[in-house]
Amino acid sequence: MFWNVTQSLMEGFGKTLEIFALTLLFALPLGLVIAFGSMSKWKPLKLVSKGLVWVIRGTPLMLQLIVIFYGPGLIGSWASQLESTNPLIQWLATWECFDRFTAVIVSFVINYACYFSEIYRGGIESIPKGQYEAGQVLGMTKSQTFFKVVLLQVIKRIIPPMSNEIITLVKDTSLARTISVYEVIWNSEIFIRTDGLLWPLFYTGLFYLIFNGLLTVVFGRIEKKLSYFKA
Amino acid sequence: MAILEVKDIKKSFGKTEVLKGVSFSLNEGEVLSIIGSSGSGKTTLLRCINFLETADSGKITVDGDVIFDGEDHSKKKAKETREKQLKIGLVFQQFNLFPQYNVLDNVTLAVKLKAKERPDYKQNKKQILAEIEEKALKLLSDMGLSDKIRSYPCELSGGQQQRVSIARAMALEPKILFFDEPTSALDPELTGEILKVIRELAKSNMTMVIVTHEMNFAKEVSDYIVFMDDGVIAEEGKAQEIISNPKTERLQAFLSKISD
Ligand SMILES: Nc1ncnc2c1ncn2[C@@H]1O[C@H](COP(=O)(O)OP(=O)(O)OP(=O)(O)O)[C@@H](O)[C@H]1O
Ligand SMILES: [Mg+2]
Repeated sequence: MFWNVTQSLMEGFGKTLEIFALTLLFALPLGLVIAFGSMSKWKPLKLVSKGLVWVIRGTPLMLQLIVIFYGPGLIGSWASQLESTNPLIQWLATWECFDRFTAVIVSFVINYACYFSEIYRGGIESIPKGQYEAGQVLGMTKSQTFFKVVLLQVIKRIIPPMSNEIITLVKDTSLARTISVYEVIWNSEIFIRTDGLLWPLFYTGLFYLIFNGLLTVVFGRIEKKLSYFKA
Repeated sequence: MAILEVKDIKKSFGKTEVLKGVSFSLNEGEVLSIIGSSGSGKTTLLRCINFLETADSGKITVDGDVIFDGEDHSKKKAKETREKQLKIGLVFQQFNLFPQYNVLDNVTLAVKLKAKERPDYKQNKKQILAEIEEKALKLLSDMGLSDKIRSYPCELSGGQQQRVSIARAMALEPKILFFDEPTSALDPELTGEILKVIRELAKSNMTMVIVTHEMNFAKEVSDYIVFMDDGVIAEEGKAQEIISNPKTERLQAFLSKISD
């Protein structure tokens, strides 16, 4: 039995890790784009970025998952009923549902990119103006000042909030089951229903604990590496 | 010929006119101190000359090159502005060292980045970088920091940090070096070491403009003194005379307030 459970949980946790890794892969850079958008001097871009962050952070991820999973398909069938010749409507009519896994990744990426963007923005804005001015007075270009002077200070400042957010992401992956993407908790729950076993659920907790423990160690290392200077 | 000529600089922030037409000039190798009460526009003047603010009108010439002209509204290329920027250096009140670099790297960073633009950089890279380091080490030893070159800014006293920032500005070989209250962020017992460094620079004929509240120091180190009041130069002249024999009432009042 133990072996059965382990195998099933491993499978489920594989899915969990997949969601985790893909989300990070896309959300980390997308967050930077949104951060620059919300710091932009161009009002429309700033407004759109800030609006997006407001909506995404102000509503539950579970709701976003459901909307992104069902939304496009519903819009598609609504548009095709109109039988309009308007090219926009015709284009909308081609919309279909994402498959479940894609919907999970899309929702997670958008959601986490918005959270990351706020952390990036806070980090960038917390760098004293004097650093930019010193770069300018020393004849450095804006990009040299950003990459050679500011960036590492930003990274140092955002590591603690980022590690929090990333550990939350590990746990949030369990929401994927809302639209029936079978991750580890789903798999362990099956044992309650079919075999009346509770311990697989605790066993699942262990998976999370170990993985988050690893992440904590990694972030601790990075923090230590950057502790040689104060900023 | 004056190495620095500032003509009728005006600058407003919103509705408040901070500089109401400031003009002065300075010869090569001379030291000018700017004194004046808080809010009189000293920092703003320095920031306008150093491109950290854009003056509304006026003209600034360094070594025969017009670096700013309020009449000229053509769009400047960033590269041009940078070239002009490099003719002058600025030492900040708050040092603004780069925290993640050690002392030596703070001094060489900008110089190395600039060297990359040299056409012969690729061929002579090693030699160029070695020369830059050597020069930086010389500067740092002049500043009495030879034993600190591998330290990080957070490991240094305020006085040491300010000396690093002076070396950093000097490394780019500016024609004129500007100081904005270089000792104001320091404990009184540390101001002496900075003043000593500036004195040495003056002896080596460095052209300098120093905003300061240290009257005795200004009197001793500078050739000329400019007294700013409410956005204009209210009095100027030879250092000794200005301090010992002020003519305007405003300067008399300022000096007696300071000596209290
Ligand atoms: N960026 C700014 N925006 C608005 N007002 C400003 C700005 N910078 C300076 N001022 C105003 O301009 C005036 C002159 O300021 P400035 O810093 O040049 O004075 P200062 O002579 O250097 O004073 P201190 O001796 O205190 O350093 C002040 O009234 C200040 O409030
Ligand atoms: Mg000032």
